[in-house]
Amino acid sequence: MKLLDLLAPLLLCAVSLAALARRQDVYGALVEGGRKGLEVLASIVPALVMLLTAVHMLRASGVLDALTALLAPLFARLGIPPETAPLVLIRPISGSAALAVGADLMAAYGPDSLVGRTAAVMLGSSETTFYAVSVYFGAAGIRRTRYAIPAALVADLAGFCTAALTARLL
Amino acid sequence: MAMSWIWSGMVAASVLFSIWGGCTGAVAAAALEGAAAGIRLALSLAGALCLWSGLMEVLEASGLGAGLTRLLGPLLRRVFPRAGRDPRAAGYLSANVSANLLGLGNAATPMGIAAARRMRELAGSDEADDELCRLVVLNTASIQLIPATVAAARAAAGSAAPFDILPAVWVTSLASVAAGLGAAALLGRLWRGRP
Repeated sequence: MKLLDLLAPLLLCAVSLAALARRQDVYGALVEGGRKGLEVLASIVPALVMLLTAVHMLRASGVLDALTALLAPLFARLGIPPETAPLVLIRPISGSAALAVGADLMAAYGPDSLVGRTAAVMLGSSETTFYAVSVYFGAAGIRRTRYAIPAALVADLAGFCTAALTARLL
Repeated sequence: MAMSWIWSGMVAASVLFSIWGGCTGAVAAAALEGAAAGIRLALSLAGALCLWSGLMEVLEASGLGAGLTRLLGPLLRRVFPRAGRDPRAAGYLSANVSANLLGLGNAATPMGIAAARRMRELAGSDEADDELCRLVVLNTASIQLIPATVAAARAAAGSAAPFDILPAVWVTSLASVAAGLGAAALLGRLWRGRP
């Protein structure tokens, strides 16, 4: 854990020293890059607001609970712990909500139980698909996303099914 | 267009369900709360986005990124035949892949965005070409060597060994990336020549 904590600070330190050794205007480049980063932020803020509005409405309306109840038997048949159904549903649309649901599962069933391990592997091996699509395509100005979303969802689904298996075996 | 359908579907389902379940007030409040949460998320991203974009600029200006690109080049050119040969796009892509591997998710995003913008420039249209679709798949399937956030959540829940899920996470990520790239290849064939 200690070494891990050092990763980001060490990276900042190493890159700036290495660039300095090459007689680069490190600070000027940092500030210039930061300015570009904020411009990018401005271009993705509307997408974030719209996406989170829909996600919060979905959670408050009870749609997710109904879908969870619908999916649980299917999960049991596929060998995925049915308790993880809410996590699977929320994972592609909200990263913070998924982490909260995962932490709840770990607290309720124990982090080293099958449910807790499956939830952890699902969280660790996937990303918030709709967030990534909105942010990347929003920033790049892509309007027609073609098959990016279905392909990314196939990746998620494959990950969730594999997670149930690897959490048990590895 | 896909996001238009998904967004409208999410909102329509919420409204129908709220009328049926009698929680229209909660959904109305949630809509505004969600919009505010979007701004909070943007603000919480702002610092990391600014900092890591700055580091990206240093990597690029100093030529340090070129070393990384040489290392990852053969792999990148395989997945991204066109962008992998463009020095700028290849630089952003290799930084994005490296940050993902290191588990620096908030560093990977600005680098991935830079790659996506450059790739859109190269494509010259507002349509996601095969390489942009693959970039999104790679980033949504997140290959991390060290899933630090999840390990922290396990440790917080009192796990005996928070990191013993690592092999399972690696195998699962690989399976997920393979399935995603496979699906992209298949769907790409279906979508060819279509608007």
